[in-house]
Amino acid sequence: MGLYAGIDIGSCTTKAVVVDQEGNMVGSHVCRSGIDYQKAVEEALGTALGGKWDGIPILSTGYGRHSLEFASGTKTEIACHARGAFAYVPRALTLVDIGGQDNKVIKLDDKGHRLDFRMNRKCAAGTGTFIEEIATRIGIPLEQMDGMARKAEKRVKIGSYCTVFAQTEILSLIRAGVSPEEVARGVFESVVDRVMEMIPLADLVMLCGGVVAHNPVVVDIFKARVSGEVIVPPHPQLTGAYGAALIARESFG
Amino acid sequence: MQEIKRVAIKATTQFKAVMAQHFLELDEAARTKNKKVAWCSSVGPAELALSLGFLVYYYENHAAILGTNRTAMDYIPIANAHGYSPDICSYLTSDIGAYLKGETPLTKAYGIEKIPRPDVLLYNTNQCREVYDWVNFYAKEFKVPVVGINTPRTQRQVRDDVVQSVTAQLEEMVPQLEEIAGRPFDIDEFREVLATSRECSRLWEEVLGTAKAKPSTITFSDACIHMGPAVVMRGRKEANEYYRILLAELKERVEQGIGAVEGERHRFYWEGMPIWGKLRMMSDTFGRLKACVSVSTYCSSWVFSGFDPKDPFQSMARAYCSIFIGQDDVGKEDYIAEKVEQFSIDGLIFHDAKTCPSNTNCRYGMADRLSERLGIPHLTINGDLNDLRCFSEEQTITNIEAFVEQIEES
Ligand code: SF4
Repeated sequence: MGLYAGIDIGSCTTKAVVVDQEGNMVGSHVCRSGIDYQKAVEEALGTALGGKWDGIPILSTGYGRHSLEFASGTKTEIACHARGAFAYVPRALTLVDIGGQDNKVIKLDDKGHRLDFRMNRKCAAGTGTFIEEIATRIGIPLEQMDGMARKAEKRVKIGSYCTVFAQTEILSLIRAGVSPEEVARGVFESVVDRVMEMIPLADLVMLCGGVVAHNPVVVDIFKARVSGEVIVPPHPQLTGAYGAALIARESFG
Repeated sequence: MQEIKRVAIKATTQFKAVMAQHFLELDEAARTKNKKVAWCSSVGPAELALSLGFLVYYYENHAAILGTNRTAMDYIPIANAHGYSPDICSYLTSDIGAYLKGETPLTKAYGIEKIPRPDVLLYNTNQCREVYDWVNFYAKEFKVPVVGINTPRTQRQVRDDVVQSVTAQLEEMVPQLEEIAGRPFDIDEFREVLATSRECSRLWEEVLGTAKAKPSTITFSDACIHMGPAVVMRGRKEANEYYRILLAELKERVEQGIGAVEGERHRFYWEGMPIWGKLRMMSDTFGRLKACVSVSTYCSSWVFSGFDPKDPFQSMARAYCSIFIGQDDVGKEDYIAEKVEQFSIDGLIFHDAKTCPSNTNCRYGMADRLSERLGIPHLTINGDLNDLRCFSEEQTITNIEAFVEQIEES
């Protein structure tokens, strides 16, 4: 059959990718992790494979990687994202992954080896959770944030790291007459600010993760800020799971 | 996750006995008043107090015990509520919180009802200013004097005028301590204590040095525990006796090729404070990845090779001014570079301890500079010495695993 699966169990979503003998992505699925990982994994893998996974090598990654008993192996999300990114663009690059509860920046050389990485999970700042919290607070449905941000005419700065402080900051912006569109844009700008503080970004930058997948405005903001080239892979949210599937193929094929 | 096998340190029995002796003597002194008790910061003027017959209690050591058994998490919030910010030294907040609650882990460990009451409080700002604020809290509580030394920090080289000033401060302490001790100072006793303490340093350094062997004889977590006597019993012959036993055991490990980590594949340097409540979890994580934290700045902080009984005041002043934590980044980087070479290290781990800026060295670009200079990667772990609210176990494990993967893949 020659199929290999990668499963990325994140704190917000679980992603599964299936690749064939040549490494082509032949199936994928994303679902919410919820509180029952096992259920999320079964749904993601079952849907990606369109059936049972007996006998298929599976590599697990992400927050819940160690809780999957039937996995053939595990790797960190750092390793899998790096592998996935390099499969898309085999060049020296800096990968920025903005996820639900953390973000990571990984530097790769032209052979795909990792030179350095940073993870930020001290708080919600710079992650999807920050956007979600603020959206709820200001009463804008999450899926509308991107569209609104695009309509903003000028840039407003939200300086606080902390979601609670940011909310008060936003309330005073609104009182000062700043439009909801500009606030939405400011929220995304803040996420980009937090990432840019982690490590210098230059040359080739690849963006991935759920936040990037669902909010293309983030890509525009990075493009405006980074001097080098900014690219987005075909399935930004699946980079880690895709990398995991490729590692499964290399390790167990 | 897989169970980690460890080679037990046989000398642990003797270790426990020395530590018990330390605390039980203090308790007896506090109860019977047969001896005076000085509380002292960990790199404070302990030898001087010992020479005047004081028993010395180290408040940081007490705080580290609170960290290790994680009761710190019950006590820090109490100190916070009393106006001691969660952003300041969590040794201080754990210790003061425990005091305010009227509890001590010494009760469970040694049957000691209360921490031994001080007759005098000693400090040296060579490590940080926090120790000064810390003793001043207790000065008010116990109504006892504070006697100490103010040492400038961030020095490129220890200047002679600084050593002169610290020497003078040490000498000035003598009449005050004589009065509290109720006995005269004897320079020969001081020389003897200093000689004993220097021997402790030499032995402890040799113990740590056995980890240069491949595989390393001990891990950072082991060393954090076994350094206890070098901290609390230095200047006493019992500490030296203990380290002779430990050293013999570790030399045997070197001869027999026994490593602390089975199948050691990586050797790391740990820079910064330990995460006391997670020593076991950390050593399990490293052990599972076949990595040994072979050397650290922290455990080497109780090596005072400069003590010279022939010139006791000045040599003690210079030694306590020359500690790692008091140097500037240039000096610190040279120190780490030398250890990296001696211990064949292939990765640097920096602990960014939220509440201890003085002993967190990665905040001014050092990690990048050292990686570039030494050609080895680094990892920064966000955490804290005692406040586990600042630590994410899951994030730390992922970071360490990813670091090892990175080294293995390159
Ligand atoms: S060096 Fe750090 S941990 Fe030690 S007493 Fe000072 S602030 Fe606290």
